Amino acid sequence: MAYRIGTGGFVANLGKIYAGYTGGFIGFTILLAIAEQMGVPNKIIGYAFVFLTIFVYAYIGFLSRTMEISEYYVAGRVVPAFYNGMATGADWMSAASFISMAGGLYLGGYNAIGYVLGWTGGYVLVGILLAPYLRKFGQFTVPDFLGVRYAGNTARICGVIVLFCASFTYIVAQTFGIGIITSRFLGIPFELAIFAGLVGILVCSMLGGMRAVTWTQVAQYIILIIAYLTPVVWLSTKRYGIPIPELTYGQALQQITELEAKLGIVRHHVAPFTDAKGAFSWTEFHNFWALVLCLMVGTASLPHILMRYFTTPSVREARSSVGWSIFFIFLLYFTAPAYAAFAKLEVYSNVIGQPIASLPAWVQNWSQVAGMLTIKDANGDGILQLAEFTINQDIIVLSMPEIAGLPYVISGLVAAGGLAAALSTADGLLLAIANALSHDIYYKLIDPKASTARRLVVARTLLVAVALIAAAVAGTRPSGIIQMVAWAFSLAAAGLFAPLVLGIWWKRTTSVGAIVGMMAGFGVCLFYLIATRYFDMPLWFGIRNISSALFGLPVAFGVTWIVSLMTTPPSKEMQDFVDSIRTPKGAVAFTAGQAHE
Amino acid sequence: MFMAQLTKEQQDAYWQKTSRLMWTIMILWFFFSFVVHFFAVQLNNIVIFGFPLGFYMAAQGSLISYVVLCFWNASAQNRIDEEFGVAED
Repeated sequence: MAYRIGTGGFVANLGKIYAGYTGGFIGFTILLAIAEQMGVPNKIIGYAFVFLTIFVYAYIGFLSRTMEISEYYVAGRVVPAFYNGMATGADWMSAASFISMAGGLYLGGYNAIGYVLGWTGGYVLVGILLAPYLRKFGQFTVPDFLGVRYAGNTARICGVIVLFCASFTYIVAQTFGIGIITSRFLGIPFELAIFAGLVGILVCSMLGGMRAVTWTQVAQYIILIIAYLTPVVWLSTKRYGIPIPELTYGQALQQITELEAKLGIVRHHVAPFTDAKGAFSWTEFHNFWALVLCLMVGTASLPHILMRYFTTPSVREARSSVGWSIFFIFLLYFTAPAYAAFAKLEVYSNVIGQPIASLPAWVQNWSQVAGMLTIKDANGDGILQLAEFTINQDIIVLSMPEIAGLPYVISGLVAAGGLAAALSTADGLLLAIANALSHDIYYKLIDPKASTARRLVVARTLLVAVALIAAAVAGTRPSGIIQMVAWAFSLAAAGLFAPLVLGIWWKRTTSVGAIVGMMAGFGVCLFYLIATRYFDMPLWFGIRNISSALFGLPVAFGVTWIVSLMTTPPSKEMQDFVDSIRTPKGAVAFTAGQAHE
Repeated sequence: MFMAQLTKEQQDAYWQKTSRLMWTIMILWFFFSFVVHFFAVQLNNIVIFGFPLGFYMAAQGSLISYVVLCFWNASAQNRIDEEFGVAED
């Protein structure tokens, strides 16, 4: 690479550089496809994809190494809106989106669409309520904002606690996902695979912080989107002759409905809010809305996403960057239901009702992987009934290339995509946690006179420490990926949304009000989550604990509001500060005594 | 320094316009995120290109609206910034 990463020449030539990179990756895939035809074993192809992509990320990470604070924390604030959108897309889409979501749609039908809606709609809230104002504020972390707006270290510490709880839950889920992919495609034990994946995470982020993570995430987005779209476009072309799966799966839905009638399935794929018997259910109805709301508000509260908008050159770019983010995320999310429909159609038409002896090869292959796909001829008639077939939601995407009858090289490609999704999110989260600890706790609270070199050493040490702890926790397999991720969203939503939004949009919010509101909202959410999960507390109104923030959010807003009105209004200085972050132009009017740079 | 650029009245007017845009988009967001899908069961009776409309709105329609809303917000807010002369140089 001829340009120093992060310098003017590099930014000016981003289009050329990443176009070359994309071409290189496609060329590499074609080369492996030819190698496969010439008889190179599948195992080698799997290795090639995993190692080459990790090597590329590590190389970008190495080129992006830095000893400058603003490069390390906010990538020098030079990331154009378009590329920040891609980086946010990779930061956002994790193992849960890439591997599990289409599988969830396969099993849950309409009811699972709550995830699709919830994980996209939040960007509207980010764009209108938060991103441009946080960019104008222009410091390094989300707790920075709380510390300045609510004048003091109490708010800052509360922010760090919520950030830590939410992001750590999330990163454990990602490390878990990385372990699954690495162990499957490298053929090593799960516990070992987690630590191998950890090396992959650390090489991207340790030397270059946010700068390295940003440019790696752009590279990871390109791989993950190619990997996700290829098999489903192929299948759409094969079945309907049109390479736009998002358009053609309507026909698949029709065929599924017909087959459901023939197979006697009562819970229809497209029917909303149904229980197991296929009847309309109020519990499902309520849980659907609760989940959609919690995921959306959680999106607008997760620090690893919000801090991506600290890296654009201007407030204007931060706004359009939100548009690009949701566009790049949309490309994957509106394809996921097509994935699910094609897989279901394939299973209903070519697997169920067939003689067990003559099932397609992919069914045979996956039934050998423990617990992922099981076939039990319960009535012994040699024909596969629907009830005799179970498939795990995490293998729908991974097995799609085989379902479509594609060469193994596409399976390797999908694995590389899943790995890119999990690594990029883990990197963003790790950086959010380590930055909050090193910047907000160490530098702002413990040693405000620390030298630049010392701050960076502390930041890197904490990065490695947090990664190791996350890997150790993930090794104990605490829960399912999607469930852990949904908890992280609820925790962030209940703890951070109210103080961030009210801090910008309601000048009357006082420090005491925000802090008490934050603790109350987060406390209620955490209580509900733990009490229902570990102490068998009955559910409130039948709402599942993945939507705990449904109770935390109103408490956070209500308490902040009431306590703020009971306490002395913020000073004139503080109100001027709020005015200054509301306006794109001009300097930020920091209040006296607030250290800033 | 900063306050010299806008008078109190201008600042208030600017924020009023910005808030109005925020609420407009928020209402549309609420409509596409919740209101439409309240009627998913009924909408499913309408089928277009094989897609039951209720399913389609949740799987694609609302998502498209989010992309449009975010870009619209960016350009509308830029216009407001320019009108008040507070856009960045």
